[in-house]
Amino acid sequence: MSIKVTLPTAFTRHTDGKKQFDSAAENLSGLLTDIDQSFPALATQIKGDDGKLRKFINIYVNDEDIRFLGGETYAFQDGDEVMLIPSIAGGRC
Amino acid sequence: MSYSCSAVAYELKCNECGKLYGNQPLSACPDCLAPLEVTYDLDAARGVFTREAIAKGPANIWRYATLLPLPKGFEPELPVGFTPLLRAKRLGQRIGANNLYIKNDAVCFPTLSFKDRVVSVALANAQGFGFKTVGCSSTGNLANSVSAQAVRLGLKACVLVPADLEPAKILNSQVYGARLVRIDGNYDHVNRLCTLIADEYNWGFVNVNLRPYYAEGSKTVGYEIAEQLGWKLPDNVVVPMAGGSLIRKIRKAFNELIYLGLVEEKPVRFFGAQATGCSPISHSVKEGWDYIEPQRPNTIARSLAIGNPADGPAASKMIRETGGWAEDVSDVEIVSGIQELAETEGIFTETAGGVTTAVTAKLFAEGRISPDEITVSVITGNGLKTTDALVGHYQQERAVKPRLAEFDAYLRELDGAAEPELAVAGGN
Repeated sequence: MSIKVTLPTAFTRHTDGKKQFDSAAENLSGLLTDIDQSFPALATQIKGDDGKLRKFINIYVNDEDIRFLGGETYAFQDGDEVMLIPSIAGGRC
Repeated sequence: MSYSCSAVAYELKCNECGKLYGNQPLSACPDCLAPLEVTYDLDAARGVFTREAIAKGPANIWRYATLLPLPKGFEPELPVGFTPLLRAKRLGQRIGANNLYIKNDAVCFPTLSFKDRVVSVALANAQGFGFKTVGCSSTGNLANSVSAQAVRLGLKACVLVPADLEPAKILNSQVYGARLVRIDGNYDHVNRLCTLIADEYNWGFVNVNLRPYYAEGSKTVGYEIAEQLGWKLPDNVVVPMAGGSLIRKIRKAFNELIYLGLVEEKPVRFFGAQATGCSPISHSVKEGWDYIEPQRPNTIARSLAIGNPADGPAASKMIRETGGWAEDVSDVEIVSGIQELAETEGIFTETAGGVTTAVTAKLFAEGRISPDEITVSVITGNGLKTTDALVGHYQQERAVKPRLAEFDAYLRELDGAAEPELAVAGGN
């Protein structure tokens, strides 16, 4: 099983310019562990002191916010496209 | 029309880690990813940003240019903002409010929504950063304003909207020659796509990479309210919430005025208004959370339909800090709110204004706001853009022959009101 992870350009300074990578993670916590090992500098950036994902990051799976899919309990499916995006983008009044 | 603007020194700052970033098209802190905000050398504004100096300025938002992030040499052409603050006695009587005011951005120039304020500041910076193309994710008002104001500045515009947007809002962008792209998804999908586009294209997205500057334009609503109340702060402000930015910027404006001594310090309570069909911030306030849970929007108030509001957590926290509250109303109540404001005050607002009006009424009915307190209800858009919300509420009446007897009979048929009116006309 493999998922495709996409990062915003702002994160690529911690991944040697890599914007996409494949992961065999089965869920969100597995993905964070994977990032810990593959890109430790990125892990430091996206996780707070408590080891949890910072509140300013949103995770999307195939265009859907992971929180609508069950958040940490969601089991990645083979071929899922996972995207990390800072939550600040956009907004109106 | 051309004014010369001179702002005090300003730059981007991360509110979480405190790091400063100078001025650049950037919305999130590269280190901790928190939203960036514009911070000013407020002390340099002392003696410059005074009641007298402001009174000598033009009758638009540029009278507050000292505390707006405007690049050096910027000469605004458009008289944006400085919309009426109206005493709302008739609406007040109906909902039990003795000191109610309407801040009427339904008549903001040039495109009839408060978005004209934020776009004018954002595009000043787009020009300053050298962008040739500007864009936005929008549910209509923002796209209208970007399209219109880009033309004035000679910039190309590309605006992205959800495919199901009201026809009037689509037309109101296309007419300016903007490239309008309908996206098969809701606003949150459009927004996410814009983030990816801003990452790849060298475009100035007003609510993505120019967002910190853009958001500062909202402060002018707060400055105007204070000035139009005779340099006093109100007791309460009721503000519609989509992304959660406007309500925070009004407070920022009030705090700056207090700091600089233009108004007396007093506690102002902030109340947020949302549609029940998209109420992540109001839900967060009611639950006492410091976070928001995203929602899938389902409401006629499309201009407020952000299920995952970027400033939601900060807005929720701020509202509770001020002793305020947030409420939400159903689509039926939204339509009633539109009608009530039109019938009592002669202001035709869009669905977002229906939300604000209905929530204002609810807050008085629930006793959360006392009748005598000075309360400002902020109306952000014009009803001409969302007439579809009223489809079915008004019938086209039959045509009457051009004869007095026919007219008289018609009035009797409607409500029997002809007799007293005829008597007045006859001088009895």
